[in-house]
Amino acid sequence: MSAEVLPYTVKPHPVTGVYSGKLGTWLFLASEVMLFGALFSMYVFLRVGAPTEGSAVWPTHDQTHLSWKIGGFNTLMLIISSVTMVLAWAQLKMNNFSKARMYLMITFVLAGIFLAVKLTMEYIPKFDAGIRPSTSVFFAAYFVLTGLHGLHILGGMAVIGYFIGPGAALWKENPEYYTNRIECTGLYWHFVDLVWIFLFPVLYLM
Amino acid sequence: MADSHADISKHVNLYLGVFAALAVLTIATVAVSRVELSGTGHIVAALVIAAVKASLVATVFMHLKWERSAWIWWPLSLCAFFFVVLLTLPTLTATEARDRAPANTWDKLPVREMPIHGEHAAAEH
Repeated sequence: MSAEVLPYTVKPHPVTGVYSGKLGTWLFLASEVMLFGALFSMYVFLRVGAPTEGSAVWPTHDQTHLSWKIGGFNTLMLIISSVTMVLAWAQLKMNNFSKARMYLMITFVLAGIFLAVKLTMEYIPKFDAGIRPSTSVFFAAYFVLTGLHGLHILGGMAVIGYFIGPGAALWKENPEYYTNRIECTGLYWHFVDLVWIFLFPVLYLM
Repeated sequence: MADSHADISKHVNLYLGVFAALAVLTIATVAVSRVELSGTGHIVAALVIAAVKASLVATVFMHLKWERSAWIWWPLSLCAFFFVVLLTLPTLTATEARDRAPANTWDKLPVREMPIHGEHAAAEH
């Protein structure tokens, strides 16, 4: 085991009750809640304050062409990926690296499916049909909310991909470090799932 | 956090249970949206189900269930409070803002035609 350069990278800090990496991740996630919170706030303001008649009236489901089946399928992909992410951490805690890596790979693939569906079945057909963020207030909100969420998925895939590939060497060097990093990655990943849990009903069902 | 193998095995069962609950609640969200409800019933139902799902993810998958004494509850409580503020403020003010706006406000917006049914591949489900 390598020398501990930074304090409390494995053991919980006596004041915060968690190891420092986890504290940092939670503070980052708190800022993320505010970021998405501001965008949800924007959505509520625009929707509640939308005119009741005229050209700027809030579109119905028939006009937005957002299929609940596609949204529901993607919801399922993210929920399953959240489970496989937490199972990867549990396997590492039980000293089972190969199973953990398999769960990380499944998480990565499910995230890829989510993005592929989003792009090929929603974004590209929308753009082909001439729908842009400038088309209406609704689509401005839709593209900003789902686009930012999609970028978060991409970011999560980069981190998970790193820990499947080159980052996996850390397991041999220091298993506790690796396990904690997977836990922090998982916290972020569950947050991305959590945002989608709200985006799905708000955009596809209401 | 519990660390022993036996504890982690218990966790795994809980994770799978939460997964089942999340899947059922997702189906419930879709089902409720297709039932006739009065007024804001759909929005309330969808948000309540989403909030239950979110708390399941946060408490179990994000391990908050086992972090009762942690200092992180302070920033998270602040965060939760301001999130509620962010959602409440527009609900209270948006209608008034709309009604106060001059009658021709929306006329100034550039109007783009929305594609009609059938022109859009995703519409055919």
